[in-house]
Amino acid sequence: MDQNPQQTLEKDEFIPEIDHSHDGTIDDLRNINNPKGLHLTFALAGNQNSGKTTLFNYLTGSNQHVGNWPGVTVERKVGKIKKYPGVELVDLPGIYSLSPYSDEEIISRNFIIDEKPDAIINIIDANNLERNLYLTLQLAEVGIPMVIALNMMDEIEENGDVINVAGLENDLGIPVVPIIARNGSGVTDLMLRAIGVALHREQPPIRDICEGEVHRAVHAIGHIIESKANAFGYSARFVSTKLIEGEEPIKRSIGLSTQEAKIVESIVAEMETATGLDREAAIADSRYQFIGRVSAANFKRKRKLGEPSSSEKIDKVLTHKYAALPIFFLIMLLVFWLTFGPIGSWLTGMLSFAIEWGTGLVDAALTEAGMAEWLHSLVVDGILAGVGSVLSFLPIILVLFICLSIMEDCGYMARAAFIMDRLLRKIGLSGRSFIPFIMGFGCTVPAVMSARTLENKRIRYLTVLLAPFMSCGAKVPVYTLFIAAFFSKGQILIMFSLYILGILVAVLTGLILNNTAFRGEPAPFIIELPPYRFPSFKNVSLQVWEKAKDFIERAVTIILVATVAIWFLGSFDPKFYWTHDSANSLLAALGGLLAPIFKPLGFGNWQAVTSLVAGLTAKESVVSTMAVLYKTPDSSMAEVLQSIFTPAAAYAFLVFVLLYPPCIAAIATIRKEIGLKWTVFAVISEIATAWLISFLVYRTLLLVLV
Amino acid sequence: MNKALDQFIPGEQGTVLKVGGQGAIRRRLLDMGIIPGTRICLVKTAPMGDPLEITLRGFNLSIRKDDAAYIDMAAE
Repeated sequence: MDQNPQQTLEKDEFIPEIDHSHDGTIDDLRNINNPKGLHLTFALAGNQNSGKTTLFNYLTGSNQHVGNWPGVTVERKVGKIKKYPGVELVDLPGIYSLSPYSDEEIISRNFIIDEKPDAIINIIDANNLERNLYLTLQLAEVGIPMVIALNMMDEIEENGDVINVAGLENDLGIPVVPIIARNGSGVTDLMLRAIGVALHREQPPIRDICEGEVHRAVHAIGHIIESKANAFGYSARFVSTKLIEGEEPIKRSIGLSTQEAKIVESIVAEMETATGLDREAAIADSRYQFIGRVSAANFKRKRKLGEPSSSEKIDKVLTHKYAALPIFFLIMLLVFWLTFGPIGSWLTGMLSFAIEWGTGLVDAALTEAGMAEWLHSLVVDGILAGVGSVLSFLPIILVLFICLSIMEDCGYMARAAFIMDRLLRKIGLSGRSFIPFIMGFGCTVPAVMSARTLENKRIRYLTVLLAPFMSCGAKVPVYTLFIAAFFSKGQILIMFSLYILGILVAVLTGLILNNTAFRGEPAPFIIELPPYRFPSFKNVSLQVWEKAKDFIERAVTIILVATVAIWFLGSFDPKFYWTHDSANSLLAALGGLLAPIFKPLGFGNWQAVTSLVAGLTAKESVVSTMAVLYKTPDSSMAEVLQSIFTPAAAYAFLVFVLLYPPCIAAIATIRKEIGLKWTVFAVISEIATAWLISFLVYRTLLLVLV
Repeated sequence: MNKALDQFIPGEQGTVLKVGGQGAIRRRLLDMGIIPGTRICLVKTAPMGDPLEITLRGFNLSIRKDDAAYIDMAAE
């Protein structure tokens, strides 16, 4: 099929004339003819794994702002282009289509249609021309000036493939600039072309669906809806194909009358009969027909279908039937060990040393200045302790996200999802949820943060809700203290049983949520297994930096407020007098008030309950608070506990510690990922679950142990 | 021989005859270029037997057996 697709074109008045001989320069930006003065907004759109992030990072450097798209937890990245400070680049989510089915797709299309960027930079992976062009054709329909960044040209050469760039540009009618986003080659040219099309308002021509029955339908419907579509600022062609695809939202947004809708439906029905394809398939088919011709004319791939690619050769080992799981667990173990093992704990140690040193200085200075005791305590025990606890999370976040970004960037993450999918699907999760869960055994904060890259909202929310049930590292001191005091035999087994119980509760909760609050049509789990690529240092470091910054910015206020609140409760008595004896404090009074609720669980004494409340700042505080409240040094804690708890009550207490809401830092992170409403739900349901399971365990143990 | 894609064995190739299913899943299949006439090769099954790895149009996809069952194929 060497026939030039252009020759098969029918004349169509919806198709703009083209002339893209213009290059833009910085002077153009200052030109008075530029209606927006110095400011242009470009949207960066492309498939996942097309190198979009790499290009975005190359163009904007550290000059980027990361936030969320309104109402959804999909990252919104905006940056100023380094050499053109008047040009703002909005990074759209990685998508394959402008269909209305996923948050990412809806965000992208709403941005393009409603915000009308001055130009779209559509990055496509040259190795994967056909599927990438499918999005290109849909973007072109919207009628925004556009350039194509043909990425990964270096790999084309390495693989021995041949691509005719000029031919591609000619057939598509859209400027095509070959680039290598990784090293920035071709990027300057890309920017000039983008500025050129933006300043000259060059609409991309539309050349797909230009023949046969489908074209006839697109055209006929285009005539009917043209005035309405234009009134809303939409292109007639875009609305027309969306109506053929059967999209409800677009019908509503342009206010199609019943009469018009009827005509549209009859045109579609006629087209379906004539083509033998249903409405959605007909459009996809026409587009891919066109792409097939363009690709056949301009792209020669060396490798045949079924012939293993180099990535498939690597996958012979990494996703091998027997080797895949052991390798996956080894990698997880390595990541866990790096994060929470020597490197992480060394960094944490260094940091807490620095914090203690700083706190010591402040402490001495305040004593010197003879400050009031409550103020002194507020600064040292409240504020500085809060800051310290925020900072103590930083090293693990850094190390973990270095590992995870490398795994993501090189392409292993998609394989992890492939390997683990079967196991987690039953509770409505994807294979990738496994990673947050593993990390949850170390610390809930980074675990919840790592859920951000999961495929869809439902999976993200479920994963964030379930991750806290993985017993985190900070709970270990509580377990050790109680197990040592109450159980002489099978200590390891008892410890292990708590971890297993956490997992069981997560699975059960997952099953319940999946069949209630999260019921609905399952999201498609059709994910790309991208070729393995060497991770980019720039991408990894930028992502790690963003995560760290993000955590500090958002968590600091909540954690500080909460630490100071707990400090306040622990330092003042019910009459608001400053007190040294924590037994008289507001916190103790609160513990006393809550204690009866815990009677059925076997530990309804105010000291235990107060420690649980204090444990909300950090789980380690459970032990230290107990030591204070029972007025006993650490060495004799065991005996004191034995005189207060029965073994059954002790185990029930541990179960409660395992399942009740994680620390404030984790709650703040959860809030950030899934919003206030779901966080309140999480906290309440965790308390309820903890109470219920703890109660069941206690009552069962009473029966068994007697 | 005609059969659904989930019935393929690793290494087997074929051409898409029809894409069934509905809603988001069907649309995703079509968007990925799985349309009548597309040639697909089943590369392997995941270690636990599901999902499947397929290759088409020069890229590789992970797809669950349940979803692959919607794709009617003419095996070669």
